[in-house]
Amino acid sequence: MGLTTAEKIIAKAAGREHVQPGEIVTCAVDLAMIHDSGGPRRVKPAMEKLGVGLWDPDKIVLVSDHFSPCTDAESAGILKLTREWAAENGIKNFYDQQGICHVVTPEHGHIRPGMFAVGGDSHSPTGGAFGSYMFGIGATDMLGVLVTGETWIKVPQTIQIRWAGELGPGVAAKDMALKMCATLGMNGGDYQAVQYSGSTIEQLDMMERMTLSNMAAELGAQAGIIEPDETTAAYVAKAGGDPGDWASFKSDQDASYHVTHEFNATDLQPHVAAPHSPANAAPVEDVDRDEIDQFYIGACTGAKLSDLRMAAEVLKNNHIAAGKRLTIAPASSRILKEATKSGVIETLLEAGALLLPPGCGACAGYGVGVLAEDEVCLASTARNFQGRMGAGSSLVYLASPYTVAASAIAGRISDPREVLTS
Amino acid sequence: MSGRVWKFGDDVNTDVLAPGTYIKLPIEELASHCLESVDPKFAGSVSPGDFVVGGKNFGMGSSREQAAQVLKVLGVAAVMAPSFGGIFYRNAFNLGLPAIILHDADRIEDGHNLDINLQDGKISNLSTGEELNGEAVPENLLTIVEAGGLVPLLEARFKSTNK
Repeated sequence: MGLTTAEKIIAKAAGREHVQPGEIVTCAVDLAMIHDSGGPRRVKPAMEKLGVGLWDPDKIVLVSDHFSPCTDAESAGILKLTREWAAENGIKNFYDQQGICHVVTPEHGHIRPGMFAVGGDSHSPTGGAFGSYMFGIGATDMLGVLVTGETWIKVPQTIQIRWAGELGPGVAAKDMALKMCATLGMNGGDYQAVQYSGSTIEQLDMMERMTLSNMAAELGAQAGIIEPDETTAAYVAKAGGDPGDWASFKSDQDASYHVTHEFNATDLQPHVAAPHSPANAAPVEDVDRDEIDQFYIGACTGAKLSDLRMAAEVLKNNHIAAGKRLTIAPASSRILKEATKSGVIETLLEAGALLLPPGCGACAGYGVGVLAEDEVCLASTARNFQGRMGAGSSLVYLASPYTVAASAIAGRISDPREVLTS
Repeated sequence: MSGRVWKFGDDVNTDVLAPGTYIKLPIEELASHCLESVDPKFAGSVSPGDFVVGGKNFGMGSSREQAAQVLKVLGVAAVMAPSFGGIFYRNAFNLGLPAIILHDADRIEDGHNLDINLQDGKISNLSTGEELNGEAVPENLLTIVEAGGLVPLLEARFKSTNK
């Protein structure tokens, strides 16, 4: 019996030829990614109590993104502590306020096919887009990794999600993700490994693949893997990483899947998820909402270069509705630079957008751009839990950057295909 | 251990357990906002030794372990649910808060009193007299929770290797 990508990587990390779903194994960690919120400020006191140092500073990537830019003395203090901890512990891969960890880490070639990686953030399955096994853990779990270099895992079943066909104009990976949440539910991934396969996936660029892997978290999966191919290898090499023997980490032809779900991209409509769950998603024409206060394009899920381009495509020669606000927080400094160079930022600003600094921003209610009581937001982010983006009574709808941009023009939830074809 | 039940529904997520707006505050202050958008009186009324019983996918969402830590700070002795968010489940044990998978969580109501056994997962509903079978806690997690969490366990491990 062959192995899936997930099983191959876990077996390698566990020093085994073969692993069986359901068994608990101890794995050596190739990469530990941490950020300012769940990282140094949480692990420092425990490390001091234990009186031990890091297992390998060079296998750690530290990114200050959640409290960036700081908004008060507390968040400034957290960023300061993070900076000092990086210096004290000899962390060379420290990215201080240069964007969101899930985007900055692969941008710099740190995630490669076949890696067994952990991240101190629930959207860490994003790393699965690069053919790695990457999953999110909490701060104490991370502490264990940082001082021992290993962690335990219950070998997951692999759930295959196959997509056939080609996405239409104005439809994006985000719509695929919302469709899967609506169909399979927030626990459809059952903390197992999701593997996205099929012709649609093979045609997606790395940024769109990242959106799918990122939202494996919203399916309740531990990991969201896309088998490495030429597209993966080219991205990793360009980012300065070594793609290695990437082809050996493809799932075997005779690998066994727990279940296979089939979807078709050709007739997929733009989707919108209503509060308070990504699983409350439906085709845009079925979601009626007139009173939107804020349109938000941001986060690891929805503010990569491809996402900003989608928004610009819709907003070109258009302007947002009077009395509304469109805020845009690019996912990284590098993306901001690229988008500036290519004219995307100018298009967005001309349309009336407010540009925020790169970082996690309003998505998790930490940074700038959060919502007041009873405000309603349509966002390109991943998660719309109650009160997530600010005040407890605020409401968040989720959609693709195309749909957020088109809706900002209309001032209400709208189908981006109407703007793109007019 | 025995205690009173606080009952919640399906999909209780990390952002209502530990709201992002208050995440930078000291843990005791964050704990005072635990579940306030679902049940405003919970944080002020829960007593040490009480249990939280949830519905499906309890603790889904973020990796923030404060979602489990605030329950621990408020004195909650164990959490029971038919299924848990995977990261929350690991976090709970790491912080010394046992989480028991209980498919019959709907047999328990708010205010019931329970007696629970972690080793075999047996739960006695003292209010109804019913015996419920939760899943036994896996051995590696029982070791962590019996040590009081992952930090005390690592402390013991490093002490023994340094001898």
